[in-house]
Amino acid sequence: MLFAVGSLAVMGATLGTILGVASRYLAVEENPLEQELQGLLPGSQCGQCGYVGCSQYAAALAKNEAAVTLCTPGGKAVAEALAKKLGVTADLSDHEEKGPEYAFIDESLCIGCLRCTQECSSDAIVGAPKQMHTVITDNCHGCSKCFKVCPTEAIKMCKVPVTLSSWHWEKPDSPHAHVH
Amino acid sequence: MKLFPVRGGVHPEYRKERTSELAIVALPLPSTLYLPLQQHIGAPAEPVVAEGDLVKKGQLLARGAGPVSAPTHAPTSGRIAAVTQVTAPHPSGLPQTTIVLEADGRDEWAELPAPIADPFAADSQAIRDRVAQSGIVGMGGAAFPSAVKLNLGTQNRLETLLINGAECEPYLTCDDRVMREYAAEVIDGARIMAHALGAPQVVIAIEQNKPQALAEMTRAAAGIAAVTVVGVPVQYPMGSERHLTQAITGRETPAGKLTAELGVVVHNVATARAVHHAVRFGRPLLARVVTVSGGAIGKPANVEVPLGTLVSELVAFCGGLSQPPRRVVNGGPMMGQPLPNLDVPVIKGMSGILALTAEETNEQPSRACIRCGTCVTICPCGLVPVEMAAFIRKDNLEAAAKLGVTDCFSCGSCSYVCPSHIPLVHYFNYAKGSLAAANREKRKNDQVKALVEAKAARLEKIAQAKRDAAARAKAAAPSTPEASA
Amino acid sequence: MTTAYTDKSGPFTHAPSSVAKTMATVLAALLPATLYDAWLFGWPAIFLFLFTIAACMALEAATLAAQGKEWRVALSDYSVVLTGWLLAMSLPPWAPWWVGLIAAVFAVVLAKHLFGGLGQNVFNPAMVGRVAVLVSFPVQMTAFVAPHPLFAAASPGFIDALGITFGHAFHFDTMTAASALGYVKTELTKGVPVTQSMPGLMGLVGGARPGSFGETSAPLILAGGLFLLWRRIISWHIPVAMLVTLFVLGTVFHAANPARFTDGTFQLVAGASFLGAFFIATDYVTSPVSKPGQLVFGCGVGLLTWVIRTFAGYPEGVAFAVLLMNALTPIIDHHLRPRAFGRTRTGAPLPLKGGK
Repeated sequence: MLFAVGSLAVMGATLGTILGVASRYLAVEENPLEQELQGLLPGSQCGQCGYVGCSQYAAALAKNEAAVTLCTPGGKAVAEALAKKLGVTADLSDHEEKGPEYAFIDESLCIGCLRCTQECSSDAIVGAPKQMHTVITDNCHGCSKCFKVCPTEAIKMCKVPVTLSSWHWEKPDSPHAHVH
Repeated sequence: MKLFPVRGGVHPEYRKERTSELAIVALPLPSTLYLPLQQHIGAPAEPVVAEGDLVKKGQLLARGAGPVSAPTHAPTSGRIAAVTQVTAPHPSGLPQTTIVLEADGRDEWAELPAPIADPFAADSQAIRDRVAQSGIVGMGGAAFPSAVKLNLGTQNRLETLLINGAECEPYLTCDDRVMREYAAEVIDGARIMAHALGAPQVVIAIEQNKPQALAEMTRAAAGIAAVTVVGVPVQYPMGSERHLTQAITGRETPAGKLTAELGVVVHNVATARAVHHAVRFGRPLLARVVTVSGGAIGKPANVEVPLGTLVSELVAFCGGLSQPPRRVVNGGPMMGQPLPNLDVPVIKGMSGILALTAEETNEQPSRACIRCGTCVTICPCGLVPVEMAAFIRKDNLEAAAKLGVTDCFSCGSCSYVCPSHIPLVHYFNYAKGSLAAANREKRKNDQVKALVEAKAARLEKIAQAKRDAAARAKAAAPSTPEASA
Repeated sequence: MTTAYTDKSGPFTHAPSSVAKTMATVLAALLPATLYDAWLFGWPAIFLFLFTIAACMALEAATLAAQGKEWRVALSDYSVVLTGWLLAMSLPPWAPWWVGLIAAVFAVVLAKHLFGGLGQNVFNPAMVGRVAVLVSFPVQMTAFVAPHPLFAAASPGFIDALGITFGHAFHFDTMTAASALGYVKTELTKGVPVTQSMPGLMGLVGGARPGSFGETSAPLILAGGLFLLWRRIISWHIPVAMLVTLFVLGTVFHAANPARFTDGTFQLVAGASFLGAFFIATDYVTSPVSKPGQLVFGCGVGLLTWVIRTFAGYPEGVAFAVLLMNALTPIIDHHLRPRAFGRTRTGAPLPLKGGK
């Protein structure tokens, strides 16, 4: 009896010490997950997720404090990539409602102040001082930072339209559609 | 000719007898034609006419834009009423830019390019240019620009031009009729294409349920050593490019490759006929033969229809609707696309207009999968539809992709046989579309990211330059610290 | 933008097939053997048969209703009728009603619905039901009666039969006999060599022997199986693989030691080999979906059946063999997928050179 108690106590103490030492010496300084997550984000620092920038959002994700669906410009693709990296299931049901957007400049209202070109992190707006600006739609990912700084409200955020080439069939939603 | 077995497939009820004995009739010229800019795979054409322009028959209305595209011509003479948004003949029901042409009834020809007198002596590039100019696309339904496909001979050593007269879809008889009535034109077009491709051999493959077409084509090909007409087994989807190639050559096209890399290029019979017209007479693609059939059509027929005719006018010509259809389909019942309504134009890839009754579609609510495995047995692509659909239902598209859902070409065989009426192909179409969209989104994100990083690097460089300048200024004039501010 | 025409992608034609048609065809294939057996074992057998099917249907409806699901639709596809039918065919014909009821609970509630209902179950419901009562009530489950054809002098009448099935009128000690497989096994333990205890082939084929429904009418079961093959409800892979394995093992071992092992033909016609091969092992839900997988599955069932019959404590092993192979079905399916067009077995694109 005493032998059993003694041996278990010794084993517990030894293993506990090893673990304690290991946690001290093998500790990882920076969370590598955080960097990997940041790598998946668009990096435009738009702040639509509610965090200051992409790195802060990545940090929150790494600590499991934020949902993977918050990145609006990244859309479904980024949400899925984040979910995969974190090994969670993304609830994409509310994500799809918003859909991807792009910025559009109403040229009659633009005064050529250049604020939006400075704000745009992906160089999607071209223009010169006192000249009308325009958005290169292909390079715009709808972060809406320009929308917020435009002094004349010349910028509109538009939904990326569904075209004949981007349209595809929706998931069949028959209530009886039981596949095994 | 020795044929090779092809895996899987089904034998749907063909119902071709409703139109197979009816000769092609020409549709009287409609008063208004609607010519969409996208009647083909690739970039939409760019209009070269504007509202109010007067055009003649065969005149260019919109030119091809970019390497994969096709122009559109005026099917008759008249006035451009508008270039506007019109519902596309597409299941989305989305509008697309369409040139509206009001016919003047004179049907006056424009000046056409000169016929190529001896195509077999002509440069193959000249033939390809002519085909591209004439707006010819794959008329079996895929509508891929034919000139691009005729270019395959420049990168590959081709042995065979395979002319696809299988017409394995139920109901459709337009290719059958074209072969029976215009056998010589088809064979001439095929030989011209073979010349352009540099393929020494032409094989014309026809399913054995079309004995008259086989006979007519064999007769027309008699004495031409390079042309062989061969009957292939009746087995859906024999008309699939890869499967037909396998049946004829015994070789399986590797995933992600083209049949051209095996030395085979496949073109449809109606395409061959269109090439004949373009090369011999300089006539662009202005009309096509459409099978109008289905239980809800008053008088089924094979009709030569000017492109841009509204489906509703075509149906009216065929005796109208005898009862409300359950589905209106562009193409065959297996791979055809449903049309949102009848007020959409006939386009180049439209081989059939089917107004199907509920009895014909036999749609039923789907029930639990009983894992009967029939879908696995019949899948001509060797996939496991039951497992893929289960993954897709659980939104695990990645697992479905791993099982090869992107290899599926939506032939419809699995949905057709499923005793539980599970819309398997619908699941796969959804998955393929969704995966492609995710792919596009990922590419865009990568592009934006590269731009963001470039801008950040540039700003950093500017900031660094400013700091350096400041430091230099500071070093040069230590007595005036405010200069660095 | 979706109109009534465009709410679904193609194809827009469908084979005239349905789950109900498939199930009904299987039931039709079982009918001749069932009628023959009903005649052979008389009223008690008919009562048990009908009671078991009714119990399965009632349990199916009750389970679905309890889950708030539509039960009328489920009953209309006949799948539960087939489960009940096969279960009844695997019970001793004069077993009391509660054996059928308990077997039905195991089959329908446990094996089918606790796993998620039709199409989701891992194990063959009818065989789960049979095995559950076999291990729980070995006396009742091995108490076979000699045939008592309907209207024959010694057969129980309608009222007596009610007593046998629903009362206590059946006395196991006086009326039981062993099935052929059971007899051989018992004799072997007494030291009687198989060569003496093995019954004549004709008696077995004729079916007028003690046994369950499924065991006593091999030719009719075989005919039903061939009918299913002809109707393309089942493919040959599982039955042929199973029966060939069974036959080969029987023949080889019998040749090596005739006194210890029964021969291949006996293995085929005795017991539930044909019922198992054509109707049980071929159950869609619990067998592999690919043809190579089905061959492996059939061989496995044949092998395990022979092993259990020859070496284990139970005389008949089809049910156990099927259940064991059911457990392997997901693994077989995973590893024996068909080769995709244009790809190698590993899923890589085929090499371009080298023809096919």
